[in-house]
Amino acid sequence: MIYLDYAATTPLHEEVLEGYYKVLKQYYGNSDSLHEIGRKADRLMKQSRMQVASSLCVKETEIFFTSCASESNNMAIKGYAFANAHKGKHLITTAVEHSSVLETMKQLEEVFGFSITYLPVSEDGVVRLSDLAAAVREDTILVSCMYINNETGAINPIKELAAYVHTHTKAVFHCDCVQALGKYELPLQDVDMATMSAHKIYGLKGCGLLYKREHLPIIALISAGQQEQHLRGGTSNAPAYTMWAKTIRLALDHQREHFAYVKTLHEMLYEAFSNMEGFVINSPQNGSVYILNVSCEQIGSEIMLNALNARGFAVSAQSTCASKGKPHSYVLAAMGLGELRATHAIRISLSHLTTIAEIEQFLQVIKEIYHEYRT
Amino acid sequence: MNTELNKPVYDHILVRYGELTTKGKNRKDFINRLVHNMRNALWEFDRLEYEKTHDRLYIHLHESDHEAVCERIRHVFGIRSFSLAMKVPSTIEDIRAACLQIANASDKETFKVAARRSDKQFSYISDEINRIVAGDILKTDRWKVDVKNPQLKITIEVHQGFACIMTDVMLGAGGYPVGIGGKAMVMLSGGIDSPVAAYLTMKRGIAIECIHYASPPYTSQRAQEKVEELARLLAHYQGHITLHIVPFTDLQLAIYEHGDESYAITLMRRMMYRIAAKLAQKQHALAIVNGESIGQVASQTLESMNVINSVVTMPVIRPVAALDKLEIIEIAKQIDTYETSIQPFEDCCTIFTPKNPVTKPTAVKCEKLESRFDWEKLVDACVENTKVVQIYPAKQLEEADLF
Repeated sequence: MIYLDYAATTPLHEEVLEGYYKVLKQYYGNSDSLHEIGRKADRLMKQSRMQVASSLCVKETEIFFTSCASESNNMAIKGYAFANAHKGKHLITTAVEHSSVLETMKQLEEVFGFSITYLPVSEDGVVRLSDLAAAVREDTILVSCMYINNETGAINPIKELAAYVHTHTKAVFHCDCVQALGKYELPLQDVDMATMSAHKIYGLKGCGLLYKREHLPIIALISAGQQEQHLRGGTSNAPAYTMWAKTIRLALDHQREHFAYVKTLHEMLYEAFSNMEGFVINSPQNGSVYILNVSCEQIGSEIMLNALNARGFAVSAQSTCASKGKPHSYVLAAMGLGELRATHAIRISLSHLTTIAEIEQFLQVIKEIYHEYRT
Repeated sequence: MNTELNKPVYDHILVRYGELTTKGKNRKDFINRLVHNMRNALWEFDRLEYEKTHDRLYIHLHESDHEAVCERIRHVFGIRSFSLAMKVPSTIEDIRAACLQIANASDKETFKVAARRSDKQFSYISDEINRIVAGDILKTDRWKVDVKNPQLKITIEVHQGFACIMTDVMLGAGGYPVGIGGKAMVMLSGGIDSPVAAYLTMKRGIAIECIHYASPPYTSQRAQEKVEELARLLAHYQGHITLHIVPFTDLQLAIYEHGDESYAITLMRRMMYRIAAKLAQKQHALAIVNGESIGQVASQTLESMNVINSVVTMPVIRPVAALDKLEIIEIAKQIDTYETSIQPFEDCCTIFTPKNPVTKPTAVKCEKLESRFDWEKLVDACVENTKVVQIYPAKQLEEADLF
């Protein structure tokens, strides 16, 4: 099987697996216990937090370990909205966010009486500053916008958007950085909160992270003990959190060389699809080099996926977290690319582990499928 | 010039000496001690090369990480300020390119260029260099020239064959090089005040060792780890700290058994002073330092200090004696010890706290209470069983292979 779905998740790095196994086995203590076995687990977790903070150039107290990026998004958005509802009940996000942001917003709107503005995106899938400027209100308390779109790879101008929010409103800025960590420089100095995930960068599943600027008030969604500064109760997953440090270090250490290599793969794919009969590219040319989204106008997403799967290639049709419904990409629809392209899209996502030979084989196979199944 | 991601790459750091410029013939000792301390602080950077001159020290980076080096230098006492500098070939094109790059990498808005030409063969005079370089930078709209109070001052020195370009004067820690003034023992409790006292002492050029009184099981392992962490933070200023952990339980229990409750803290402090003095003697330290601040608690009234201090003859220095709590906290935050200090663990001063501690103890009463038990033997046992831990600035990673 040739795996081209790295934006969905990644294989575990061997060193992370070894470390994880060791911690699970040897340091099983509850990190809040006062005895040595617990203290040891706590110290390992602390060391990890320290190292994560220093590799992200933020403070230790600004790092919150969570169970996944979806939890981080919930914690940031709901946590902030609930703690600051007295300041206003309006939130802004974009039409193309990950489901964990969109569903959170929907819940805030339907259950808790907040009002939400969903910003449109351009044909390139990018949020425009003018739309944000038109949407902000006196009672806007939070703006949430992803850095890199998980379906198209479109890169949002976070620096400008956040700067606008900070200079013109009292709102804070949250950024979902899941597809950017280990690939692009993170805009952590510009935003107030940011979400990250380990399993997208060869780390463990069940291991997320929220960066939250110091002194920013949020309330806990999981109320329990003193873990994570009382903001995320429940026995700490110390073995997984301990491995965050190594996961992030490995990713950042090789970020540049991996990027340069994946860029060549991306160029190769982009070039091939630009000239390929029957295909259109949905990703902007200046988007993330790790993601390429294309539509085959004659073959629907599901059929293409099945055909590729049968030939040993793993790709996605849309965000993996929303793959159980009918194949229709709300992201592509929001870009105004039309119903046909939104239902006929596939997402190829790359890694430094991808070889040029794999890309060549993939291109070969996709041409064969096209000639066999086009209607 | 090397460039990486269009960021300027510096090849040396220029260090300006602190107060020692005022110190006449001791100057050489001061500079040598400073360089010695710098080498200690920067020992991991093995490519560094030091060049001493009469009023400046040049550290040649040889591609070491300049940001990491600067971060360490910030903690070395005896430095007024330092600047990053780069060396380029002495052609006007190279100088222009380097200056423009520095300007582009900066987030400031007003600037000044100050060129000096020691190579008189160079085909442009200083003023021409200034104008050419400033002209380049002014092409970017954001920049304005301000010769009186520039936010960014770019200094260019043209020598034969090469030019030095300097920028960003960064403030050093000030003070005297640690060790030039001898050694003292600091009583490190784990509170907010004593780390500040230690810091201020080192700043005056005194090397320190620390004493911590532990009363297990009444005080926890965590309390000791907290003190070790504080010592680690302080170790940045002198390279390494020797921490003496005194097993205080037996002596403390004896005090509570034989003494009057209201006098318990007074007697305990007297014992601590005696132990500190003995350890100081053993370690050839010339003074005891602590974080006492006048009037802060019952044992820190002038009357108490008098009665407590009288058990030792060596000088007891109290650097924060006359500071307000808020002033102390401010320094603690500045030196990064505050967050650690406020972690809530019992230390030997907070357990067995009497309900009504005496604020005006008398020496006569103390001596009477002390005559009830053989404290000398207990004090000697404390000194004898003191454990020594060596603390280094770098956090010792446990299970390093996991990270």
